[in-house]
Amino acid sequence: MGVVPPPAGLTQRGDTAPDASGGIGESPHRPDGVLKVTGDFAYASDLWHEDMLWGHTLRSPHAHAEIRSVDTAEALALPGVHAVLTHADLPAATHYGLEFTDQPVLAGDRVRYQGEPVALVAADHPETARRAAARVRVEYAPLPVVHDEATATAPDAPVLHPDRDDHHAAHVPHPNVVHRQPVLAGDPTHAVADVVVRGDYTVGMQDQAFLGPESGLAVPAEDGGVDLHVATQWLHVDQRQLAPVLGLEPERVRLTLGGVGGAFGAREDLSMQAHACLLALRTGRPVKMVYNRHESFFGHVHRHPATLSYEHGATLDGRLVYVKGRIVLDGGAYASSSPAVVGNAASLGVGPYRVPHVAMEALALYTNNPPCGAMRGFGAVQACFAYEAQMDRLAVALNMDPVELRRRNALTQGDTMPTGQPVDAPAPVAELLRLVRDRPLPPPRPWEVDGGVDPRALPGGLARSSLGEGIVRGVGYGVGIKNVGFSEGFDDYSTARVRLAVVGGEPSATVHTAMAEVGQGGITVHAQIARTELGVSRVGILPADTSVGSAGSTSASRQTYMTGGAVRHACLAVRAEVLRLARDRLRRGERVDWRGDEAAWNDPGLRLVGGEVVTPRGEVLAALADVLGDEAIERELEFRHRPTRPFDRATGQGPGHVQYSFCAHRAVVDVDVELGLVRVVELAAAQDVGRALNPRAVRGQIHGGSAQGLGLAVLEEVLVGPDGTVRNPSFTDYLIPTILDTPPMPVDILELADEHAPYGLRGVGEAPTLSATPAIVAAIRQATRLPLTRVPVRPEHLTGT
Amino acid sequence: MRLTLTVNGRERSADHVWEGESLLYVLRERLGLPGSKNACEQGECGSCTVRLDGDLVCSCLVAAGQAEGREVRTVEGLADADGRLAPLQAAFVEAGAVQCGFCTPGLLLAAEELLARVPRPADADIREALAGNLCRCTGYESVLDAVRLAAARAPAPAADPERRP
Repeated sequence: MGVVPPPAGLTQRGDTAPDASGGIGESPHRPDGVLKVTGDFAYASDLWHEDMLWGHTLRSPHAHAEIRSVDTAEALALPGVHAVLTHADLPAATHYGLEFTDQPVLAGDRVRYQGEPVALVAADHPETARRAAARVRVEYAPLPVVHDEATATAPDAPVLHPDRDDHHAAHVPHPNVVHRQPVLAGDPTHAVADVVVRGDYTVGMQDQAFLGPESGLAVPAEDGGVDLHVATQWLHVDQRQLAPVLGLEPERVRLTLGGVGGAFGAREDLSMQAHACLLALRTGRPVKMVYNRHESFFGHVHRHPATLSYEHGATLDGRLVYVKGRIVLDGGAYASSSPAVVGNAASLGVGPYRVPHVAMEALALYTNNPPCGAMRGFGAVQACFAYEAQMDRLAVALNMDPVELRRRNALTQGDTMPTGQPVDAPAPVAELLRLVRDRPLPPPRPWEVDGGVDPRALPGGLARSSLGEGIVRGVGYGVGIKNVGFSEGFDDYSTARVRLAVVGGEPSATVHTAMAEVGQGGITVHAQIARTELGVSRVGILPADTSVGSAGSTSASRQTYMTGGAVRHACLAVRAEVLRLARDRLRRGERVDWRGDEAAWNDPGLRLVGGEVVTPRGEVLAALADVLGDEAIERELEFRHRPTRPFDRATGQGPGHVQYSFCAHRAVVDVDVELGLVRVVELAAAQDVGRALNPRAVRGQIHGGSAQGLGLAVLEEVLVGPDGTVRNPSFTDYLIPTILDTPPMPVDILELADEHAPYGLRGVGEAPTLSATPAIVAAIRQATRLPLTRVPVRPEHLTGT
Repeated sequence: MRLTLTVNGRERSADHVWEGESLLYVLRERLGLPGSKNACEQGECGSCTVRLDGDLVCSCLVAAGQAEGREVRTVEGLADADGRLAPLQAAFVEAGAVQCGFCTPGLLLAAEELLARVPRPADADIREALAGNLCRCTGYESVLDAVRLAAARAPAPAADPERRP
């Protein structure tokens, strides 16, 4: 038995729903759905090779320490062990990173966070590999720990990266500051307001908690290269970082996407990729690595914890005059994507509001805490919790309804962002708030049924901690703004290869991209686009790999826009070639049976529909299968969004973003005010998606994003002690919402087209993660009358115990 | 040790099983049945849920030796011999209850056990029954839809004493 590969391509017909073509705007089933419900879908952790070894990583127990020595002799002596690698064994480049090349493949003379990889083992059984790793003797000399802004920027603070050569190094205020971005608009120094509210807020460290662990299988190849099957968000950025580390040309580092069990940002950085490849190249054997949940908490970046200070000034009639804010993000030991997170937090820091005078500042620190980077919402989540809390505080100060205050200041098309960038697409912020506000409220006291009590509908649930006494209801609102796509001048593009040919008498399309399908349903949408543009029913989706151009990352709500855009772009080129071929054949007199004269065939409005060439008036000219004959038409094209520019270093001015996405939430909660237990009763959302290419998948994104926002509001935090060690790296102690914690989530979808985007669509994945959190906390505030300036809200914050 | 058990109606055996291996490891790595998933391996997430003599268990918490001579049902056994999906499987696909799909095998086993016990469950019953199965993608709305759909499509039971409002 050879490699158990990822699905060797998926073929799907369009008619998986009655009376449907399976094109855009419909909700056909996922092409991988049947494989996923039968257990046949091969996730990266399921891959198997007959002579494979198991890799394991030895990690640092210290958050900051000097490495004095590493002795691998005892580990190597264990029967079944095939290799033990340390920093000294690295064959080429020793560091990698998404934005800065600052992260060691294996720690050299210093570790900077608890869990940093120090040594690797390959063995014939995973337990043997674990036991061997425990026999590697590492002598550490602990160093002082940098764990917050004060300790990071103190005059005598240990500098974590003394030899920085990155592009931000020259202009940061302290070497332990990764990046700092101010945004200045109007004249905030002299702006005068009738009412001023101030607040300090804290956001805990959230984990993406995807279910499928970091995993992959590296297979050494005969050409001296390596084939890596891996769960990732971006094959080509992995390849770009791996090649120098392995000392190989990029063409010899070939990646194929293994099945991915969720991502949410946590797979944007390398985890086991370089380690498995190094072990495979060293041993000449395939090497599989799969993290368990404990290791996963140390094996990927988290959402930046943040401290935020805000001052909002407004007129007596509730018009915002100015916003001043400062956002400090803890980036942890390595840069990851911290600079881009800083840019988002600063540029989106006042929220979806019109503000004449702005003084925002965001910065990320280097500390000895776990590295932080991409997570769904990416810098906009932390800001949204704080600016929405401020809007509620302002509403109280003005004695104004919180929705009305937001409506008076709501951003709309034609307004200008604090960065000076005009909002040149629909921005229905007020309408989204109206939609959630006008929904009927869920009935009070839902636990009262048939004269009795169903404890499952009470805070505390089956613990029966209350039978209805001490329960107070609260209602709260939140709205947020998220950018879509990679910002600040990044050359963000995607590539698609589309082939059209007759298979079994039927015209069929094949789509090949390197897009990481992580669960979001991008492959479903690619098939829909091919059907709509090429008029076919049957579409094959080839496995994502590096034999086709980069698709960019499955992040930043960008894949439907970008790879969807690339698939459409390639389909249009294929269609043009089909029509050119037809005209050639007509000219040569090959097909006298086709309808239409030369003018009809030259009509630029010709479309391919239902396997036929059709005029704008619906007249059928020819069957697509006849036009194609034995020809296969293939096009590979790149697609780019409009260019952006970096924000000015001093003022934050510039057209830094591609597109904005807006979502509003209304949360209804029941709080047991005596015990501090919260039950979210309902979480209603309204979002503008521009165009819902697949309405069911859009709702799935809104539901999933909202639930992650709920987790941040009341459950989820990676607890890190002042010594930089993680206290709860397990699903026993890090709690994500269960089906009992997650309420009904009614959704309203607006489709106001953005004329700059393919089909007018707007990226949907992240916006719902922003506003769910502040809406829930606002509802708890209303129930408890407590200020609640920190998430997650825990019972002791409500009871004062 | 040698382990012999019945999986999805077929007798299976594995040699050289180390005593510390879990039932999950044996299913995935020794019997070629990776459908049961490995998301937490400490009994919190439910992605490894299988039925052991009919009872729902987290196979990561069952020592392989405990399954000796017993019957195990996994996600690979849900569809019929011709590959036709079970009603719950079809409902999960149709309702959009599958995104990344890593939780799906465990949810299917837990939902199957619920519907065998309570053919017409109220939403509160579904939530209670699936509370041990974490999903990070869907927010559970479409999972509820799928279970409701499968229950609605099942023939009406003759007597339904456990029905709750």
